[in-house]
Amino acid sequence: MKGSVGPIVVILAALIALWYAAAVPMNVKEVLTQAERDGAVVQPASAAERRDAGRWALVFGNLEHLGATWSSERSRLPAPHQVVMELWDSTWVEETTGRRGIVRSGSFSNRSLVYHGGVTLGATALGFVIGALAGVLLAVGIVYSRVMDMSVMPWAIISQTIPIVALAPMMIVVLYSVGLPGLFAKAVISAYLSFFPVVVGMVKGLRAPDHMQLDLMRTYNASKSDTFWKLRLPASVPYLFASLKIGIAASLVGAIVGELPVQRGGLGARMLGGSYYGQTEQIWAALFVAALMAALLVWFIGWLERRTLNAMGVPS
Amino acid sequence: MTVISATSLDLTFQTNDGPVHALKDVNLEIGKGEFVSFIGPSGCGKTTFLRCIAGLEAPTGGEISVNGMTPDEARKARAYGYVFQAAGLYPWRTIGGNIRLPLEIMGFTKAEQAERVAKTLEMVDLAGFEKKYPWQLSGGMQQRASIARALAFDADILLMDEPFGALDEIVRDHLNEQLLALWARTEKTIGFVTHSIPEAVYLSTKIVVMSPRPGRITDVIDSTLPKERPLDIRDSPEFIEIAHRVRDGLRAGHIDE
Repeated sequence: MKGSVGPIVVILAALIALWYAAAVPMNVKEVLTQAERDGAVVQPASAAERRDAGRWALVFGNLEHLGATWSSERSRLPAPHQVVMELWDSTWVEETTGRRGIVRSGSFSNRSLVYHGGVTLGATALGFVIGALAGVLLAVGIVYSRVMDMSVMPWAIISQTIPIVALAPMMIVVLYSVGLPGLFAKAVISAYLSFFPVVVGMVKGLRAPDHMQLDLMRTYNASKSDTFWKLRLPASVPYLFASLKIGIAASLVGAIVGELPVQRGGLGARMLGGSYYGQTEQIWAALFVAALMAALLVWFIGWLERRTLNAMGVPS
Repeated sequence: MTVISATSLDLTFQTNDGPVHALKDVNLEIGKGEFVSFIGPSGCGKTTFLRCIAGLEAPTGGEISVNGMTPDEARKARAYGYVFQAAGLYPWRTIGGNIRLPLEIMGFTKAEQAERVAKTLEMVDLAGFEKKYPWQLSGGMQQRASIARALAFDADILLMDEPFGALDEIVRDHLNEQLLALWARTEKTIGFVTHSIPEAVYLSTKIVVMSPRPGRITDVIDSTLPKERPLDIRDSPEFIEIAHRVRDGLRAGHIDE
């Protein structure tokens, strides 16, 4: 851990520098339009010419106006500190000083990322639990029944070849129209994405015991359930956790995608709302919250894994 | 009293390259309390024969009985303990937990489980290692634990498939000595597959020499060595003579091809 801090900081600094650099050409057109409106002289002077000019030509022709590319209100690519400010404003500031914030109203503000993150987290967690359970049950069926092995696995694979963004709106519309609460509708999409890695990992895990270990169980005349509980299931645990990590990240993606078609809260709704109204900072802030949540969720599964494996005698 | 009896036993595997005669016309009687070694080159059917006794492989012809039952009935009656080539201990169970495995499956009470685990651990000289995990033990100790696991439910027959094949010479000598002591103490009937002539001669009351293609018995040698066998018995003329006969049997099997 000790020696890894340096490289991490270097990479992070490089990424931030690259981001700042990219913000200049990305935002130059909007900045120049604004500057012209404010009465400044820009090159070239006419809006039509600027529209056809290359971004880099505009950058080098108007060096004195570039400072504003990092503080523009309507930037295409907001600078990192703008995103950080948005994050701060839409979490701490909104909750502590906002009219609808938790301090004044007693509940999280629907304009804060704490609230929207919570909405997404709920759908992610529910979808993950459903998906993981379904995945484990399907895997058990596949391992124990040849019919299921032949019939379920191809469908499971086909289900993952359909782009979820194409499928999600239809599923959401159908699920809403039959009166399912939004949380469940989103959880269904989450589960749809997360069951698959669990099935694949768990099938492999349950089949991990080799011939010798299965023969050993036969010499004891062990029942199927003994073989499952005492051999196959414990042998599958490392595989299960590896696929749960993929599954929980997929669950989060599913929940966000499920929030896109309906503006009823959640990080997905914030992202789409931001793109409707040109609020790029809002999109980025929601993206960062989603990324942070994904990291924490995967870390949580990793923590569970370490605890479980330690309890199973694996040296840490 | 005959415990295991095979009469004109055949086993043919159907493979993509045509039938493989793993066992052909195998006839053998094993009496109670005997220590029988099966020796021969790879593919001679020695492991297959052991697996037939255990009911893990179904013969395609002939008769075989274990304790007067079919091998499958004997397996269901838990008539034997089986030791595999690799220790195959469950890494998620302690040594004690591994030995408890068959006892749990066979429905022994908790108190009896604890008592038997302690007893068998002591038998294989592993007392004090009950709470250790397999990775904390050496290969020889792991194999001893797997023998304890096979002994825990006290079946009359112990079947061992090259249990010491992966261990070094010194550990192997030590385990051979311990196995003989254990056999003398428990009076079990032991079927023991090996590659090693000295191991077979040192351990056995009866040595079954086998040869491949088709897998068959070429010689059955009744040992003239006394039951009490210190390690240096291997230098005695008697021992060398038996080893000689085993080697001749193995060579004869090869010339046949």
